[in-house]
Amino acid sequence: MLIRKCLLAGFGLALSAFLAGASAQTSLRIGLAEDPDLLDPTLARTYVGRIVFASLCDKLVDISPELDVVPQLATEWQWTDANKGLVMKIRQGVKFHDGEPLDAAAVKFSLERHLNLPGSTRKAEISAVTGIDIIDDHTVKLVLSAPFAPLLAQLSDRAGMIVSPKAAQAAGEFSSHPVCAGPYKFTERVAQDRIVLDRFPDYWNKSAIHFDRIVFLPIVDSTVRLANLQSGGLDLIERVAATDVDAVKKDGRLKLAEITGLGYTGITTNLDNGPRAKNPLGQDPDVRQALELSIDRAALNQVVFNGLFQPGNQWVPPSNPYYVKSLPIPERDVAKAKQLLAAANMPHPSVTMTVPTTPELLQAAQVIQSMAAESGFDIKIQATEFASSLDLAVKGDYEAYLIGWSGRTDPDGNIYNFVACKAPPALNTGHYCNPDLDRELDSARQTADPAERMPHYAKVAERVLADRPLIYLWHNRYLYGMSAKLGGFTPYPDGLIRPQGIKLQ
Amino acid sequence: MTAQTLDRVPTEEALGEPPWQRALRRLVKRRAAMIGLAVVLFFILLAAAAPLISPYDPLATSWSAVRKPPSAAHLFGTDDIGRDVLARIVWGGRASLLAGLVSVMLALAVGVPIGLVSGYAGGAVDATVMRLIDAMLAIPFLILAIALAAFLGPSLTNAMIAIGITQMPIFARMTRAQVLSVKHEDYIEAARAVGNPQIRIVLRHILPNIVPPLLVQATLATATAIIAEASLSFLGLGQQPPNPSWGSMLNTARNFMTQAPWMSIWPGLAIFSLVLSLNLFGDGLRDALDPRRD
Amino acid sequence: MTTFLLRRIALIVPTLFFVSLLIFGLQQLLPGDPATALAGEDRDPAVIAFIRQKYHLDEPLPVRYALWVKGVAQGDLGESIRIKRPVLDLIAEKLPVTGELALIAVLISLSIGIPAGIIAAVKNGTATDYGTTMAALWGLSIPNFWLGILLILLFSVELELLPASGFVSPGESLRQNLLTLIMPAFVLGNFFAAGMMRHTRSAMLQVLGMDYVRTARAKGLPEIRVILRHAFRNALIPVVTLAALDFGALLSGAVLTEQVFTIPGFGKLIVDAVFNRDYAVVQGVVLFTAFAYIMLNLFADLAYVVLNPRLRT
Repeated sequence: MLIRKCLLAGFGLALSAFLAGASAQTSLRIGLAEDPDLLDPTLARTYVGRIVFASLCDKLVDISPELDVVPQLATEWQWTDANKGLVMKIRQGVKFHDGEPLDAAAVKFSLERHLNLPGSTRKAEISAVTGIDIIDDHTVKLVLSAPFAPLLAQLSDRAGMIVSPKAAQAAGEFSSHPVCAGPYKFTERVAQDRIVLDRFPDYWNKSAIHFDRIVFLPIVDSTVRLANLQSGGLDLIERVAATDVDAVKKDGRLKLAEITGLGYTGITTNLDNGPRAKNPLGQDPDVRQALELSIDRAALNQVVFNGLFQPGNQWVPPSNPYYVKSLPIPERDVAKAKQLLAAANMPHPSVTMTVPTTPELLQAAQVIQSMAAESGFDIKIQATEFASSLDLAVKGDYEAYLIGWSGRTDPDGNIYNFVACKAPPALNTGHYCNPDLDRELDSARQTADPAERMPHYAKVAERVLADRPLIYLWHNRYLYGMSAKLGGFTPYPDGLIRPQGIKLQ
Repeated sequence: MTAQTLDRVPTEEALGEPPWQRALRRLVKRRAAMIGLAVVLFFILLAAAAPLISPYDPLATSWSAVRKPPSAAHLFGTDDIGRDVLARIVWGGRASLLAGLVSVMLALAVGVPIGLVSGYAGGAVDATVMRLIDAMLAIPFLILAIALAAFLGPSLTNAMIAIGITQMPIFARMTRAQVLSVKHEDYIEAARAVGNPQIRIVLRHILPNIVPPLLVQATLATATAIIAEASLSFLGLGQQPPNPSWGSMLNTARNFMTQAPWMSIWPGLAIFSLVLSLNLFGDGLRDALDPRRD
Repeated sequence: MTTFLLRRIALIVPTLFFVSLLIFGLQQLLPGDPATALAGEDRDPAVIAFIRQKYHLDEPLPVRYALWVKGVAQGDLGESIRIKRPVLDLIAEKLPVTGELALIAVLISLSIGIPAGIIAAVKNGTATDYGTTMAALWGLSIPNFWLGILLILLFSVELELLPASGFVSPGESLRQNLLTLIMPAFVLGNFFAAGMMRHTRSAMLQVLGMDYVRTARAKGLPEIRVILRHAFRNALIPVVTLAALDFGALLSGAVLTEQVFTIPGFGKLIVDAVFNRDYAVVQGVVLFTAFAYIMLNLFADLAYVVLNPRLRT
């Protein structure tokens, strides 16, 4: 009898081992355009890092593809105290990768870490939060110094990521062994080579996760990244070059996904930052208008991005709910541009445009130079390495600067810090200042209701588009290449790759 | 105990024919070197005559002719913003050749005097200078060039300066070795005894002896410099748009390798043929000037 | 002999000192504030101030240099501001990668360069000489990044034979490891082969004119034996020692090759660090490679003296 039981048990064990071994581990290999920096949500500074976080660290709330705020670690929330308090209910039964439970205390710990850790890059994002109260085991209340509508959008990004207090307080750098509550846990990282994450079996939404392992491989050269996808070395890549899209479409092994991003690229003018502000563009808004009228945004998009990106004239793309429809993209008008320049007594203004040495920006700069020449502009392109160009801009050592902004979920994140009088000088490098504008921007922050915010932003748009401290040119489109066998991939406007739903067909 | 130096050319009296004539004769016999020379001269002529032979303005953009394959109108096709590739190859040749020649001349102009002074002065000066030269040689060439170019800012001029500076140590070392080997020769001692000023000794007796190996090294260094300019442009540190250079053309073409291969084939071939020719000529020159073989 | 050795070792210190000055100066004087560059897109003034304070960026240059040297003496080469890892750790991680790439490249270059050099020397002045010379020189004449991309397009995209980029460590899978390194090692090796060919040819030509070679021929020995056993063995000495000096060129070539093929080695580490203004990484890695180069030089000089009986006095 005993022998029979033992044999049966042995057979059962062998069978399950066989079955377990027979089902090979499924791996999703994602090609990134850069190597991420620190894998610590409090200290992280790069966009690509956020792509890794989407698989590693869940946050309080998330966004939908339509930019609505949806629950993730928090199941419901409520504004109180005249919008100076935010009560959030935490999801039950969530565990960190190290097995610790995710409760109100952990949320309080993480948010305080974001606010207080020296060198935290999250502090500025949620500086309106002065304290976090624990209401009960799974409810917290965020106390604000003043109403701040963009807060929920901030909590849908790194500022809302909750880390395990036990792991954060352990010895060593948290970034070398990050412990969060996302669908995958950290396995290993080889700098500039790969980041490996393995499935977290106790993930609260595990039915949406279909791969056992995700490997992130940073490959900077877009041609090589695509080559890896084409040869089967990768399953999914981000930032396919616009000029490679045709190749992806024609290749039967691959397919394409795309979505307009949240960011913009434009020309920032030095209006009041040091002696170089005394340039034709910085001194006269009519000259700036003439420059804008010289540019054919559609043709620019066609030449540089094969027509794939989204031309724009505001800090949000035309598809965004906060786009002011009464101020559409102006057509090119060289005659009017010449007229304006003649009236301003500057028929041939000479401007130096600082351009970071990124291929697309340099290409676009040359197109702009050529287009503006027809109106009489003499634009000199000063190609500068990115890090230097940033420094020069902050110091005011520039006249015009062709630069982009990666974009934030809340429209406030795309405009406030660039035109407000009290904006950090490192972002409002042109030192534009208009107190009336500041009042509108501050009012727009007071309430979370889009219908109430819109009129303020409309006034901001009118002013900004008339003064042109920035001439917005285009919004990027995130272009993803993937194996034709991959299904369930949903592109989001923030460009992040969310693993929920992706599976092999 | 003497290690044979490759570099000393025997004096006239020993051979019965002026050494430069002998070298020339041997050089002409080496066909590979002659072909190399012909190609190099061809490119120099092309670059010099650029304004006359270029079919289009290399900076002229055309939105309707973006990335068109080679045709009758555009023999080498057009690039990513509609400029004629052939025109940019011809004008780009100027930038690339200039990058090669100017950086080597800079390296010579700085390196040779340093080597002369160091070798002739000897003692603490020599020791210090040589440590500095060794330090520069210990840092991998391209890394030093990248750091210098980043430091100076991305432009063709700065790339030339960066490349020139990184090549300077080799010339300094060669010159110094040459000086050391003749410093104590009898005829130098005699010249000193007679009261010749140091400068005269250096210029009349030492300098002529080092010209041959320097010439060889300079030719080979020009080849390296042209590739270095292409490498720096690949990283965004060389010639900046819209001005053409073969290296920056390769850099732009990188994103269009499959859609517009003509954008990368022509500059690639141009670099290849010029650099190969320089290498062939330089090797031939070295063989011709080698005093030991005939 | 011992005095020679001691003297050479003593010279390492001042050389390294100059290297450290040079690379420190170049890094610290790079335009662009590292704090702003590394503070992230939001450029929060608090973060910038924090970085400046933590990494002593507001101290005067001599103080920063002294702090760095003090750290180096204690084995601390600083840390990468970008990913907060000690430079020494990064070096230990990347050294085997670039080392393996360099080794395979050298093997490839030796197998191309040495035979080419021997043939060219033996058939000096003939069409074979020109042919083999050209075959070895083409690797030096092609921009290696362009060749790399062409190879990727051919072997990875079109033929799907080799992985387009990336690196697999030999511990994980030796087969994958070699597959990822074939193309980059070939590109790098071609570049190096030209130098090998030149040294071999030059040394062989020198040796072939020697008396003992003529004697061997006069003795009636078969030509192959003369070339390989008598001529080449003696030519090998200068070839090996000169090859060691070209090591610096190998590392230069590795920089771009690693960029194109995304091999996580030294070259890629340095280039990325220069553009990210991660100065500690550049300083640490350059110091390390300079030290390795100097030691290699020392070894090569020693080997030359030891192996060459004529120089032993």
